[in-house]
Amino acid sequence: MALYSEKVMDHFRNPRNVGVIENADGIGEVGNAKCGDIMKIYLKIKDDMIEDAKFETFGCGSAIASSSMATEMIKGKPVSQALALTNKAVVEALDGLPAHKVHCSVLAEEAIKKALQDYYERNGIAYDPQQFPNCESCTHCTAEN
Amino acid sequence: MRIYLDNGATTKMSQTAIHAMLPYMDTIYGNPSSLHSAGQAAAEALADARQRIAACLGCSAAEITFTSGGSEADNQAILSAARLGARKGKRHIISTAFEHHAVLHTLKKLEKEGFTVTLLDVHENGIVLPEQVRDAIREDTCLVTVMYANNEIGSIQPIREIGAVCREKGVLFHTDAVQAAGHLPIHVQEQNIDMLSLSAHKFHGPKGIGVLYARKGILLTPLIEGGAQERGKRAGTENVPAIMGMAAALEEACEHLDENAAKLTGLRDKLIAGLSEIPHSILNGDAVHRLPGNVNFCFEGIEGESLLLLLDDKGICASSGSACTSGSLDPSHVLLAIGRVHDIAHGSLRLTLSEETTAEDVAYTIQAVKEVVAYLRGMSPIWRELVSGQREFIIQ
Repeated sequence: MALYSEKVMDHFRNPRNVGVIENADGIGEVGNAKCGDIMKIYLKIKDDMIEDAKFETFGCGSAIASSSMATEMIKGKPVSQALALTNKAVVEALDGLPAHKVHCSVLAEEAIKKALQDYYERNGIAYDPQQFPNCESCTHCTAEN
Repeated sequence: MRIYLDNGATTKMSQTAIHAMLPYMDTIYGNPSSLHSAGQAAAEALADARQRIAACLGCSAAEITFTSGGSEADNQAILSAARLGARKGKRHIISTAFEHHAVLHTLKKLEKEGFTVTLLDVHENGIVLPEQVRDAIREDTCLVTVMYANNEIGSIQPIREIGAVCREKGVLFHTDAVQAAGHLPIHVQEQNIDMLSLSAHKFHGPKGIGVLYARKGILLTPLIEGGAQERGKRAGTENVPAIMGMAAALEEACEHLDENAAKLTGLRDKLIAGLSEIPHSILNGDAVHRLPGNVNFCFEGIEGESLLLLLDDKGICASSGSACTSGSLDPSHVLLAIGRVHDIAHGSLRLTLSEETTAEDVAYTIQAVKEVVAYLRGMSPIWRELVSGQREFIIQ
């Protein structure tokens, strides 16, 4: 389909890092079923490095591709780099997304940030809440959670 | 390999229709409004096509107006009835919650102009009852517009009975028969229909051409001003090749209507039975009063667009009512109208068959859908929560 780039279709058809990490160090879930997309990211973190990242996604082709690409982009990277991952970088790595699908890349960025926030909280690491998304700040959908 | 199961969106043109069109692009290319022989040859063909289409619908040729398709016909029918009603101070229109947007958006426009619109509930099976129409008709009702069959879930409406109620109450009755024409019997007189819209590309005719039938005496309001074509009700040189293709396609479809319906119904029910085996799936729309070629399901825990993309990879062309495929944030208004909640409406799949669909296609499709649904559920966090009991199933 011409709707998506080859890169998106590749990550959609052969998604990397699908699954669950048992005993994950951080888990982040964003979106809701009413909106039609939920992304859940699991992180294994050791020595301030993202050792492993896995995801589960309920959503459209670009949501699955964004999850796959985003997890690829943070694996093996320091936590600080994962925290700095932007949706724009995900979109660029996917060779673009249609305008009405950019939201999917935002979900990927936010799911990773939430997983990192979870990691900080579990380990009692101080962090700046301003760095993390919250559902109220998102204007994508009007669904009530 | 390609299995095309999106015939509700559009159909492949029949060879009959294609061949009926060719001479009108090549040898008989005159403008029907021209006085010379080339023009008059086209005018004769046009008159013949109008007559043949009228015969298929059970009306007279003078009651047929050619339009650019179903949407234009719906717009013109509703706006004309509204104009007629307004003259008598009647500004109330009755319709249903799951009409095509060509109807619903036209009604929205009229609401802004001071009309009141009542949208009737269509129940879980997707069928509106004549009694509901009777109860909703008021002194100031100028139009009832109810589709013959729903484009997404295929449910067939009791239009003859609704038409009878409208006749009794002296209210105009329009039906959007875009999905029905060529697939279900139509006889506008016997079915008490005052106005009817149809579109050729839904029954193996060309795109960009349709019909508005309006009973004699109903004054149509032109949407396009210009020349005196179509008795002044629709300006613009007639699309003669497309009209010839439409006439041929409609005649062919009506001639084989019963045998096609019997064949498609058999395949449809096999497909429904096969897909029903998928756990936590539900058929949308009435199982019996249903277009012969329409299948529509919701599968819990997955999203429709990814389902469509993976089916396309397996060679199956289908459609979905998920928000992601509509370009809006809300899933199909039709699925919401029959009471499907957002969560499961996003996971819908429509498969619409044609006369070319085979039993092998159906068997292959059942297997493919089962595989893809299972695969997507395997990566869905919702599905994990459902099977582990953290979340309650909506579809049992």
